[in-house]
Amino acid sequence: MNLSSLVVPALLAAMAAIGLGRRVDVYGALTHGAEEGLTVLLRIVPALVGLLTAVGMFRASGAMEWFSQLLTPALERLGVPAETVSLMLIRPVSGGGAMAVATDLIQSHGPDSYIGRVAAVMLGSTETTFYTIAVYFGSAGIFRTRHAVPAALAADLTGFAASALAVRLFFGQ
Amino acid sequence: MAMSWIWGGMVILSLLFGAATGRIDAVSEAALSGAQNAVELSLSMAGVLCLWSGIMEIMRVCGLTDGLARGFRPLMRRLLPEASRDSETLAAVSANVSANLLGLGNAATPLGIQAARRMARGCGGVASDELCRLVVLNTASIQLLPTTIASVRAAAGCKTPFDILPAVWLSSVLSVVVGLAAAWLLSLAGRRRQ
Repeated sequence: MNLSSLVVPALLAAMAAIGLGRRVDVYGALTHGAEEGLTVLLRIVPALVGLLTAVGMFRASGAMEWFSQLLTPALERLGVPAETVSLMLIRPVSGGGAMAVATDLIQSHGPDSYIGRVAAVMLGSTETTFYTIAVYFGSAGIFRTRHAVPAALAADLTGFAASALAVRLFFGQ
Repeated sequence: MAMSWIWGGMVILSLLFGAATGRIDAVSEAALSGAQNAVELSLSMAGVLCLWSGIMEIMRVCGLTDGLARGFRPLMRRLLPEASRDSETLAAVSANVSANLLGLGNAATPLGIQAARRMARGCGGVASDELCRLVVLNTASIQLLPTTIASVRAAAGCKTPFDILPAVWLSSVLSVVVGLAAAWLLSLAGRRRQ
């Protein structure tokens, strides 16, 4: 038995047990949450259509290869695979866009490939930085953001390099 | 707007590169199949994504978020000492961090905004060190169960979509630590210059 096969059933059962113990409408919560999942999906589909089209064209035209080769030396020093360049560029700007690019990488290289795993970890360990900064400072009426942007970008860059490092550490190359 | 430039740039560059390398047939085909793939892919991950959103909602309704938030108060008191003097800000910040941990982005953002507004009071539009710290905490994702990405991996035929969890945690922790350290150093450097 694979230990990670236990995660999903155990979590489901634990949630059901805790919820029933606390007299919570577990089934109602589940369906309500699933409905929210659909709205998330509806937000992602348009971004996926737009970006998978562009990414597909970009790759087929040979432009992706050219850019990857251009950036490979710098990225190799960080241990980051060049194929993930597009993901790193889009990640801080658009959540839906990053989702689309990561999905494309996972699909075309395979979810258990090195690149597929790095893309997944990158997406899981970083945020849509510029969107977050705009929302937080915008709603708080801040116009001098001081060191917030460089610090947040330093965190992103670390996240990207650390993603590749962590995948190598836990899965080997 | 940034996305329009990225998307536009990619499409225009694809045409130019495709024409230069003589692969314009492949480019045309890729454009159409890309759009098709997008919808097929969304459908194949819809089920898992909805299931996970449902489980997250159960966690929220069961009060797991509140419990986590209580657990985070001591840490938040250390990290944001000024803001923590106000108990409502402390509550909002703790709830914001715990919602982020559970991957409840929709719940985390309004809580974070509430905290940011309270922290920005009377500062004349200049971000304080602590507000910058709160923003860095929110821009560096700290998520225990990245369910959306797990759904994508499952849709791509992965049998153990959660096997990346330790890697995600390690990478998240490193990026949060570096982000906070960078904020601290930059704030020191800014002070010295004045």
